[in-house]
Amino acid sequence: MERWTKWLGLLLLVGMILNLYFIFIYAPIEKTMGIVQKIFYFHVPSAFAAFLAFFVVALFSVAFLMKRNYFYDRISYASAEIGVMFTTIVLVTGPIWAKPAWNTWWSWDPRLTTTLILWFIYIGYLVLRDFTGEDERGARFAAVFAIVGFVDVPIVYFSIRWWRTIHPQPVLMGGEGSGLAPKMLFALMFSLAVFLILYFYLLLTRLRLEKARMDVNEMKKAIALQEQ
Amino acid sequence: MNYLGKILAIAYKDLLHEYRSRETITTMMIFSFLVVVIFNFTFDPGSSYALEAAPGIIWVAFTFSGMLGLNRSFIYEIDKGCFHGLLLSPVDRGAIYLGKMIGNIIFMTIVELLTLPLFIVLFNLQFSNYLLQLLVIIVLATIGFAAVGTLFSAIAVNTKAREIMLPILLFPVVVPVILSAVNATGSLLRSDDWSQVFAWIRILLAFDVIFVAICYATFEYVVEE
Repeated sequence: MERWTKWLGLLLLVGMILNLYFIFIYAPIEKTMGIVQKIFYFHVPSAFAAFLAFFVVALFSVAFLMKRNYFYDRISYASAEIGVMFTTIVLVTGPIWAKPAWNTWWSWDPRLTTTLILWFIYIGYLVLRDFTGEDERGARFAAVFAIVGFVDVPIVYFSIRWWRTIHPQPVLMGGEGSGLAPKMLFALMFSLAVFLILYFYLLLTRLRLEKARMDVNEMKKAIALQEQ
Repeated sequence: MNYLGKILAIAYKDLLHEYRSRETITTMMIFSFLVVVIFNFTFDPGSSYALEAAPGIIWVAFTFSGMLGLNRSFIYEIDKGCFHGLLLSPVDRGAIYLGKMIGNIIFMTIVELLTLPLFIVLFNLQFSNYLLQLLVIIVLATIGFAAVGTLFSAIAVNTKAREIMLPILLFPVVVPVILSAVNATGSLLRSDDWSQVFAWIRILLAFDVIFVAICYATFEYVVEE
């Protein structure tokens, strides 16, 4: 795993530098929104990485409950932390872009609101893990909560969309993704790939950290036993 | 005793305990009343804003008082060591979940029905034509809230933070229930078209079915001792 992390880290470094080139120099500046639009290349990939992270949390939570392999549980925990980080990036970059583009920081649009609720659910997951300690009970509770939370997300989205359809809001922007310039599309795709590498790199690093922490705990226990 | 009998026996145990102690429902009621009274300070009496805000306030009172009830649901079991007895009894874990859930639904519904007249009086609401529809909304929303709430209550009671843990876990997940219940109640108050109310009821129904099933299936992993 260590070698993998090293190579992935190198790939990530090169990718990130290239990514900055593609975003700020290669891709043209958007006509109406100007330079502000560049945040889009960070915002969208972060959202993708966050969704992937939460999908991994749910998947490995189910796997943990079925197989009782603690490695699966650690993957869930690590992925949830990274997912919350990416969601935070989405929630911060969104309003920064929205203020000049929509002339408001926030709108209770289905996608925004669902992302916020998503963030709350996984913050709840992390708090739950903090309050249950390290025993297997904490792992079970977290897995159950992750499954319920994951199933909830589409229902939240659906109910909020329904709410906004009943109370129409001024149309803020047209269908996005439609008519993206080829160079912009390339920059976006490249950024997506780099952010996915970033996700896997963080996941591996977090798993290594967790393993090191557990090893230290084992050693501490062994020392305590010897001293007795 | 068949499966349904076992479920009802557990729910009956909770009701009997409540009937003799009268702890949970009394505190839930007082809390619910207080929410109504305190929210009345936020706007001038008789302003049209009161009518706009009423559905939201009703459901804030219902969900917060429901939260109190759900918190109690497992705390007294654990504190008095009854939960081990319950787990040792010859019923499967799913039946325990359904029994506790039914008990919680009944507690919450009783409190909601007793608070409702107070709302009607204090906010001068016109529900008389829609009482049946309102009842359907209340029952469906309560089922959804209690379905997830019972599962999370069993989790929260075993954590270090207990009472603080439940709202943090429960509120984000029951957003669809609260949203649907508030909007359906608002639609009834404005005498909107029935189809609009029904759309919300559909979401409530879907939520209830999905989460009763999921929580029923996952409860055994929570109480695995």
